[in-house]
Amino acid sequence: MDLNARKKYWKENLKYLSILLAIWFLVSYGFGILLVEELNTIRLGGFKLGFWFAQQGSIYVFVVLIFVYVRLMNKLDKKYNVNE
Amino acid sequence: MGIQTWTFIIVGITFALYIGIAIWSRAGSTKEFYVAGGGVSPLANGLATAADWMSAASFLGMAGIIAFSGYDGSVYLMGWTGGYVLLALLLAPYLRKFGKFTVPDFIGDRYYSNIARTVAVIAALFVSFTYVAGQMRGVGVVFSRFLDVEVNTGVYIGMTVVLFYAFLGGMKGITYTQVAQYCVLIFAFMVPAIFISILATGNPIPQLGFGSAGEDGVYLLDKLDGLMTDLGFTAYTDGSKSMTDVFFITAALMLGTAGLPHVIIRFFTVPKVKDARQSAGYALLFIAILYTTAPAIAVFARTNLMETVEDTPYSEIPAWFTKWEDTGLIAWSDKNNDGKIQYLPGSAIEGKKPLFVEGKGTSGERLISNASASANELYVDRDITVLANPEIANLPNWVIALVAAGGLAAALSTAAGLLLVISTSISHDLIKKQFAKDISDKRELLIARLSAVLAVIVAGYFGINPPGFVASVVALAFGLAASSFFPAIVMGIFSKRMNREGAISGMIAGLGITTYYIARFKLGWIGDPETNTPENWWFGISPEGFGTVGMLVNFAVALLISRFTAAPPDSVQQIVEDIRIPSGAGEAMNH
Repeated sequence: MDLNARKKYWKENLKYLSILLAIWFLVSYGFGILLVEELNTIRLGGFKLGFWFAQQGSIYVFVVLIFVYVRLMNKLDKKYNVNE
Repeated sequence: MGIQTWTFIIVGITFALYIGIAIWSRAGSTKEFYVAGGGVSPLANGLATAADWMSAASFLGMAGIIAFSGYDGSVYLMGWTGGYVLLALLLAPYLRKFGKFTVPDFIGDRYYSNIARTVAVIAALFVSFTYVAGQMRGVGVVFSRFLDVEVNTGVYIGMTVVLFYAFLGGMKGITYTQVAQYCVLIFAFMVPAIFISILATGNPIPQLGFGSAGEDGVYLLDKLDGLMTDLGFTAYTDGSKSMTDVFFITAALMLGTAGLPHVIIRFFTVPKVKDARQSAGYALLFIAILYTTAPAIAVFARTNLMETVEDTPYSEIPAWFTKWEDTGLIAWSDKNNDGKIQYLPGSAIEGKKPLFVEGKGTSGERLISNASASANELYVDRDITVLANPEIANLPNWVIALVAAGGLAAALSTAAGLLLVISTSISHDLIKKQFAKDISDKRELLIARLSAVLAVIVAGYFGINPPGFVASVVALAFGLAASSFFPAIVMGIFSKRMNREGAISGMIAGLGITTYYIARFKLGWIGDPETNTPENWWFGISPEGFGTVGMLVNFAVALLISRFTAAPPDSVQQIVEDIRIPSGAGEAMNH
């Protein structure tokens, strides 16, 4: 793998990381903590939305985030031919 | 059959299973002992990581903590799951590519320094010992509760079982027993939860159940909020911690999770970088099953408690109440002599546990000597939330026995994982890397086994004579991991410019300030005890959340110092280039 391809591979990886970690931050610290009171005025069935994000929603999103990352990276590895 | 008989049968079967697996998966080399030969499938590693992660505290304690703290309990739910996202995205794949055995290995090589390695070893030992002391005590408590033996006898039984498979199988034995332990514990957790959910709301999925309505058509959470505010409690969905504190505690738990050596080390056991990413996903999925069920159980249990006991005459109380009163997990003191239970905010007792005295009160209740002045008459141990579930739902005796086996599986799997980190730190990081560089693999394996024995004995000692700080174990272990390992590893991967001087000073600064803060405000060892109050916390951050500040200090100091000192040598920059590319990980190197 030449230097240029390495740099590009790493840059794309960092791009994925920033997007996924932004979502990670938003659902937990954003919806579950900082904006919890505002979101609690909205209801999701029997749940107040902020409370739901803090005790349920954020965890579901965490799981999805990791599997999305796995898929993205497997594709990226193939593209740059560094998969095994 | 009675509960006791069922308990002996089910616990006996599971123990025979664990020991059988241990004999089948004996380790033949250090590579098998330290990283299970590097050949664990991502699914098996995910299961093992989940069992490793979920301790007796998660299994028995967490639902209770949430039940009695409502929204504030979210810090544990988010904190102990969100860290896996950081692990999967920022640490696990790169550390797997690096391909050595331990966290100090990485720190020592990446920062080309024996001092860095030594700081990392000390931190790893300190974090693991603090954590394991609480676990061994937990093992003893679980044994004593279910098998009717003394807590100390329970610790001895637990030590023997763990020793058996840690000594024989090392990481290989531990991994495959943890797979079995996960299956036992999740089954034991979910069966009562599903029944309780059906009972409370008619919905068999607890995660949906606690957002549904009961028979009266009122949403369960609204009913609970109403019950609580009527009696003067804070509403269940509101919580009483400050937003700043909730933020910092959640962050400290997440960052600590991502920095705990016994969790990181699990990702060295899979064959490829790709597998490391995937097994982090599986691990979190399996953890999430329990972690999303726990808040549902919490709501069912709290609602049930509020509805059943408040203002109920003691003579009409359900049987489970008096049964748990007999074990000392519930205590009632009829302060206003009306024969009814008043359940109000405030602690019903002075100190932490009720002190029972001989004799019965006028209603037939057990008398206690340390009732407080508060109008609240009821003391409820939080652990009861999970323990009493099967009885409250009228489930058969074998389910109660299953919960016992689940609690033991949770306690043993976590203790074993921690003991392995300790023995690896001693035999590999200390003896092999510092004192006896040219010992043979066979000899190192023997030393690793002996270190495991030593670690079990020391952990058992702490389990029997728990040091005063065990109660603060969470704050300590997570705070220290967050403020030392997490920044050092992340910078080691994402910054090529980060050098030895920066990393070492960063770790020392982070560890130092976090230790100071916890010693000052949690343990009360330093400073005027009179000023050891929440009003004096820095920026309103509790000791539990201070690891986040420690991490920021670590990053800041490391970045600053590295700017004024020489860049790392080319060979080290080459290591960083190399770990960023997934291909060619091979098996964990034997070196």
